Amino acid sequence: MIEPEVTLELAKEHGLTEEEYGWICERLGRTPTFTELGVFSVMWSEHCSYKNSIALLKTLPREGGKLLVGAGEENAGLVDIGDGLAIAFKIESHNHPSAVEPYQGAATGVGGILRDIFTMGARPIAALNSLRFGTLDDKRTRYLFEGVVKGIGDYGNSFGVPTVAGEVYFDECYKGNPLVNAMAIGLVKHNQTASATAKGEGNPVFIVGSATGRDGIHGATFASEEISEASEAKRPSVQVGDPFTEKLLLEATLEIIKNDWIIGIQDMGAAGISCSTSEMSDKGESGMKIDLDKVPLREVDMSAYEIMLSESQERMLVVAKKGCEEDIIKTFDKWDLHCEIIGYVTDKKILEVHHNGEKKVEVNPFELVLGGGAPVYNRETRKPKYIDEKHSFDFLKLPQTENINEAFKKVFSSPNIASKRWVYEQYDSMVRTNTIVGPGSDAAVIYIKETNKAIAAKTDCNGRYVYLNPKEGAKIAVAESARNIVCSGGKPLAITNCLNFGNPYKPEIYWTFKEAIEGMGEACRFFNTPVTGGNVSFYNESPDAAVYPTPVIGMVGLIEDLKHITTANFKNIGDLIYVFGEDKEELGGSEFLKVVHNKVEGNAPHIDLQIEQNLHNTILSLINDGLIESAHDISEGGILSALAECCILDDEKPIGAEVNIPIKTREDFTLFSESQSRIIVSVKAKNKKLFEESASKLFTPFIQIGETKKENLTINDKYIFELDVLLELYYKSIPLKMNEY
Amino acid sequence: MKPTFGIVTFPGSNCDYDAYYAVKKVLDYEAQFIWHKEKSFNGVDAIILPGGFSYGDYLRTGAIAKFSPIMEHVVNFAEKGGIILGICNGFQILLESGLLPGTMQVNESLKFVCKDIYLKVENRDTPFTNKIENDTIKIPIKHGEGNYYADVKTVTELEKNGQIVFRYASKNGKVSNQYNPNGSISNIAGIMNTRKNVMGLMPHPENACDPVLRKTDGQLIFKSIAQSLFN
Repeated sequence: MIEPEVTLELAKEHGLTEEEYGWICERLGRTPTFTELGVFSVMWSEHCSYKNSIALLKTLPREGGKLLVGAGEENAGLVDIGDGLAIAFKIESHNHPSAVEPYQGAATGVGGILRDIFTMGARPIAALNSLRFGTLDDKRTRYLFEGVVKGIGDYGNSFGVPTVAGEVYFDECYKGNPLVNAMAIGLVKHNQTASATAKGEGNPVFIVGSATGRDGIHGATFASEEISEASEAKRPSVQVGDPFTEKLLLEATLEIIKNDWIIGIQDMGAAGISCSTSEMSDKGESGMKIDLDKVPLREVDMSAYEIMLSESQERMLVVAKKGCEEDIIKTFDKWDLHCEIIGYVTDKKILEVHHNGEKKVEVNPFELVLGGGAPVYNRETRKPKYIDEKHSFDFLKLPQTENINEAFKKVFSSPNIASKRWVYEQYDSMVRTNTIVGPGSDAAVIYIKETNKAIAAKTDCNGRYVYLNPKEGAKIAVAESARNIVCSGGKPLAITNCLNFGNPYKPEIYWTFKEAIEGMGEACRFFNTPVTGGNVSFYNESPDAAVYPTPVIGMVGLIEDLKHITTANFKNIGDLIYVFGEDKEELGGSEFLKVVHNKVEGNAPHIDLQIEQNLHNTILSLINDGLIESAHDISEGGILSALAECCILDDEKPIGAEVNIPIKTREDFTLFSESQSRIIVSVKAKNKKLFEESASKLFTPFIQIGETKKENLTINDKYIFELDVLLELYYKSIPLKMNEY
Repeated sequence: MKPTFGIVTFPGSNCDYDAYYAVKKVLDYEAQFIWHKEKSFNGVDAIILPGGFSYGDYLRTGAIAKFSPIMEHVVNFAEKGGIILGICNGFQILLESGLLPGTMQVNESLKFVCKDIYLKVENRDTPFTNKIENDTIKIPIKHGEGNYYADVKTVTELEKNGQIVFRYASKNGKVSNQYNPNGSISNIAGIMNTRKNVMGLMPHPENACDPVLRKTDGQLIFKSIAQSLFN
């Protein structure tokens, strides 16, 4: 192949700006080779360099709590859970690939995040996902939804990781640009972790796993631009997943890490060999000499440019300890995987790449990487006009809801509220036999074998709230995920985040980004749940519109004693029902407003972090005292939906309830309000006195609103819902919309 | 005396460890892994072919696993009367290897399905069910290709010989289409050979053993095997 001449024009075609191209020439002291241009363009792409976000990300709390490895230091963060064990976890987006090729896009999203975990030496023990699509009346949306769910399922199911929790939202703003965020959690012993570093002159560099092909070239660059009509043509930029190979790679990788045969290891995700060689070299303050002729290829005549940029999946770069080569080769041989020495570590800080006897790349790796020579920008911000307009919406002018029954049915069967069973039954949520509480409850609970502990995990974000008030909305995302952990009996430990936003070069978009980071930072500092890492996904725009700013929080908590595990559904007939926290009749951005009035107006609900934390302490204290039978937070849909869920979340044993909810000013406002920091609990009647005495000593107001019954959910003696009707609304809504009933 | 279970690990098996954990850690029997490339195994009282996606199952479930070196010895073991339990992918491999009759198709829904279901115990007089007292047991299924099919003649034979061990059913043991999660003919969830020493089933008993996970009906199948080995 004759390489094209490198010019400014060509650099621009690679997504680099004139200024950036100038910097490259300046730092090299010459015009880059064609291969170098490719390498710089992917390494300096938004996806790899975080150039428009890193300055703000650094303001997030990235240490403290039980953090062993903080954000940005390794492929994933690491949190201590005692007993010499640690949890590695991270969330990552695969939005753009999923928008054009839902099945492979989502599958490789799962594959990528799993590799991030096991490259740390941790065995993946749980997967979660956070998904957003347009509305299900749209045919293409149904196609994307179906494909994404199948892609996630097929990859995780075959790999053998239980997919245990997540969230799915539907809103028009995600129609052209769905969000597919995948999270994974791994377990590792303190002394068996691995690092993504290259050190020690002469240590061999291996490429292991799959052979390298032409798939995914410029995937990172594709992820760094808006979705347009031309995006369909970029389907070849989407990688293809092979979970079977990944499973083998997992076992082989953990074996070589456990046996202490390696110096460092990094998975190959975005920007493939370019990224792993430069990042590992830079981290170890060394260099590498790589011979691309040694890389196992699955296609003929690949150029150096293509090999360096390929994003073929299921590959790892391993820097071995000299003398351990045979052991490593034998291990990969056992698992029938490729394992080739493609170069060695040098003590000069130069990444040198050869192909067909020619030197193709000679760069100081520092110049390529985030935290090194990659550009860092502080973008312009401007508060969008719509915010004040939305906030001035007068709720008093909202017509009274004539028929609460019908309004509730609409809300409760809205796909945003209704059961996501259609989704999670397609995921193996039980493999590895650790799943104590699977999908469908407030948070998943995963048993840590050979201890008396479990971890709780959940993802959360209400994009509408963030759209209406980025700072408060982001705080709520952190608070709600913590609340979900608490309702399961866990103490929040740390978060990972996936920040899905539009084009950062638009000042209004960047303002929402900045505000959201501020809110998230404030909440994380308050709850002492540091950020272990995550991912930024900009350019989530289609020709129609930008998505709502959607900073998804993935939180992990620790349940110190298995008997503290608590679930949302009512357990026994005759239990007493209490509500903790106060309602403020807040309907801004609510599901009720959207579903019944087709409006997204007002301000996000107010959140007071101190009140939220008091609530967590209260609930955890009562759980520890064994006084709570069930706990469920009040979130989208308000108290009515939350109560209905408590009745039917165990659909084999639904339980009714008779409650009296004090109405503040208007029935519809109270029943559908989404005020924060509220939790519904049920308590055995015989524990009434003890419970009320204990709860009174804590700092959260509470009232008894009723008790559980054999039949029907009865509200204020006025509204009566049969359990069968609730079951029908909740469990059949999504299947009906997918035309399966 | 403790029985020793041999658990075959194929590349892509992913419930091998779950089976190991269930029999060794929960039930306190002996267990050992058998790598698919091995040419023999010794000191094993019963074989488990575990769930997963052997060789990725990109072609047809179990279609490649039957060519693994170890399978020749598994077949010999069966012919000598050794107890073999094939779970999910293991069941599929038993069908492909001809140790059990019939074939497996993609679920009627065309979707993978993971949930707890009830199984009606159709035959208690087997090495796999002798400890089950209730009409039904609750254990999970998790598969994309669990739609069992055999021609009418074969199903009639299975029926006549008492080879149908489990059927998908309601909690109370009612067998009907409503409780069929994958389209299997005659709601068949598990069958055995005429000699009663080889059983395959789609549901995963190993995922319903540990009391920590709040479901334990799966224990009964392993306990039945232990009982039959030493009586």
